[in-house]
Amino acid sequence: MNLKLEDNGQVVLLIVKEERLDAHNSEHLKQELGRLFGEGKTKIVVDLKEVRFIDSSGLGALVSGFKNASARQAALKLSSLQSQVKSMFELTRLHRVFDIYTTVDEAIEAF
Amino acid sequence: MKNQIQLQIKVPNQTRYLSLIGRISEELAAQLQNYSGDREALANHINVVLTEALVNAIRHANADNPDEEVEIRIIGTDEELLLQVVDHGSGFDLAGIAHSPATAGDDLEDHGRGLYIMRSLMDSVEYRQVEGGNILEMRKRFH
Repeated sequence: MNLKLEDNGQVVLLIVKEERLDAHNSEHLKQELGRLFGEGKTKIVVDLKEVRFIDSSGLGALVSGFKNASARQAALKLSSLQSQVKSMFELTRLHRVFDIYTTVDEAIEAF
Repeated sequence: MKNQIQLQIKVPNQTRYLSLIGRISEELAAQLQNYSGDREALANHINVVLTEALVNAIRHANADNPDEEVEIRIIGTDEELLLQVVDHGSGFDLAGIAHSPATAGDDLEDHGRGLYIMRSLMDSVEYRQVEGGNILEMRKRFH
């Protein structure tokens, strides 16, 4: 999976540079989030601007990150969901679990 | 039957082929003659449910054996869309891999939303044994 990481010392921005977040590549995202929280990062934004398709495995990787954050007093926020991705969060009711923002800047400012 | 589209595709039992099947299924949604709803949404839904069904076949039924294969059949008629995913493995308990629909999203398990998604987006989902394997069958009626 192609992930771009930007760390300004306060917030880590993880940009998913894939069109699909599915069972083929989601384990990589799950492990990367686990690694970052394990290193002590407390504020992570996952930007999904380039993702136009997500399946239950992709959702599961983000849920894993959310639980990892909650267990460490850290926070995971999501930004820039395309309509089809947003509809999958709504279908599975996970939009009620995650903090979801329209842009990266809004997500960062919300910490 | 007029206006019938029938595709039969076999791919190795590997998740790298999910995107290929996803693209084919989205293209197919654009070709269905008798569907009057939101075609873009239908394309995404077919992509999602076929991805979920394929992953179940690859990971659960065929136990991640890369030498196995999975067969996908897509049949579109004037009345409905029929999606079939055939595995040649020992099968799996459909109920055993799923949250109940009532709790999907309300708990925070990493896994188990696939069946809920398939049942939510299609009119019926069935899994049964056939000669030499198992078949997961999903139907979406147009009327």
